[in-house]
Amino acid sequence: MTSAARSAPLTTRRFEAVAVGDALPELALPITVTGIVAGALASRDFTPVHHDKAAAQAQGMADVFMNILTTNGLVGRYVTDWAGPDAVLRNVAIKLGAPNLPGDTMKLVGTVKSKDEAAHEVVVEIAGKNAWGNHVTGTVRLVLPAASGAGGAR
Amino acid sequence: MDKPELEATLRGFVGRETGPPVEGPDPVNEVMIRHWCEAMGDANPVYTDRDAAAASVHGGLVAPPTMLQAWSMRGLAMADLRQQQDETHSDQQLALHELLTQAGFPSVVATNSEQGYTRYLRPGDRVISHTVVEAISGEKATALGIGYFLDTRTIFRDPAGDELGWMTFRVLKFKPHAQPAAAAPDPAAAPAKPRRLRPPLGHDNQWWWDGIAAGELRIQRCRDCGTLRHPPRPMCGRCQSIAWDWVVSRGAGAIHSYVVLHHPPVPGYEVPLPVVLVDLDEGTRLVANLAGRKPAEIRIGMRVQARIEAMDEEMKLPVFHPAESGS
Ligand SMILES: [Zn+2]
Repeated sequence: MTSAARSAPLTTRRFEAVAVGDALPELALPITVTGIVAGALASRDFTPVHHDKAAAQAQGMADVFMNILTTNGLVGRYVTDWAGPDAVLRNVAIKLGAPNLPGDTMKLVGTVKSKDEAAHEVVVEIAGKNAWGNHVTGTVRLVLPAASGAGGAR
Repeated sequence: MDKPELEATLRGFVGRETGPPVEGPDPVNEVMIRHWCEAMGDANPVYTDRDAAAASVHGGLVAPPTMLQAWSMRGLAMADLRQQQDETHSDQQLALHELLTQAGFPSVVATNSEQGYTRYLRPGDRVISHTVVEAISGEKATALGIGYFLDTRTIFRDPAGDELGWMTFRVLKFKPHAQPAAAAPDPAAAPAKPRRLRPPLGHDNQWWWDGIAAGELRIQRCRDCGTLRHPPRPMCGRCQSIAWDWVVSRGAGAIHSYVVLHHPPVPGYEVPLPVVLVDLDEGTRLVANLAGRKPAEIRIGMRVQARIEAMDEEMKLPVFHPAESGS
């Protein structure tokens, strides 16, 4: 959620170099009011519960909480941080559980679940856990380039 | 509007489009992409670095695919309640939300999103979204409160009609618990301890929970054939009579079966959590948690005694304990 957490992917993983069961490196994201509001506004989501504490409390939450578009953006980023810039996302499916509230930390983890040799597609299963349990669980399907070049990636 | 009437009205929305296709207010553009990448901490150069993007598999700048929905969001208008009400006439999704708000379910959270990316968007692309209400659940008890799940499906197209991507989206429209977890005195402290799921209350089961509040474990009894039944329901399964009253159980019984919940973790519940199905001495069965025994010590046939205990400041539940020895 902060620029300090940015990481620049430089090289792209090749389809052949990825195996089912590979683990993605864990990414710990501190959850802050600033980060929640920045994500909500960048996604054009002005629903008050994502920037106005009183509105969030009227809904039974302790504070403003992360919107689903930001969670989705973070999940996409987490997978492409690992996969590299020439990876092409095909599908992102997420389910939200415990809300992401300021003061908490979300730890994203991921595992390669399957590979489709014909399509050069990989499915990564992800989870983002905070102090309450899973904030998000889901799957990301992406295309990785072939070792011989970019031929299989488009 | 009573519950059957509400649910019938809700069903009328299923299959309907939320309105005509809507064009996003801005074309895909580098400024909004950069703001998104800043907020997400996403340094992938294909989104913001023209040279790197030109050399990439995309051949030029693209938008993060997960931004798909952002291009058609309504922006600041989403925070303006009066404007929302004006628009409920034209927007079926807003009308649906307003109907549930009026029915006592004012709050909303998104719970599921699935997006498919037919192609990556590039600066200059225009995005037109078209949304249909796909499904509406019955009343559900959730960690946040009681409510309804609303499913929509959106197709995103360019002005020529070619598909750019699609999304299925689920929100929960709910009645929050009376006392917000918000009342935590120290805002800097860790998030307040979540509480247990609340049951949906209605004509058929309110009397049972009233009994629990009064410290009584009630069992429904058929007034025609005398058969006991639990959980509460309107009709006798043996003779189909809808006449009923109740008896008060002593809460004593024997474990008929059990499970120990380890996964998934649910806010408000501590695992491992033993859940027992008990043959009550009066002659019906009751599911509840078991306290006072480790999972490995639980045995089928073990004698247990229910006590009604407070789970938090609002909610009481029966909990089984090992019976005193000799019983
Ligand atoms: Zn009967």
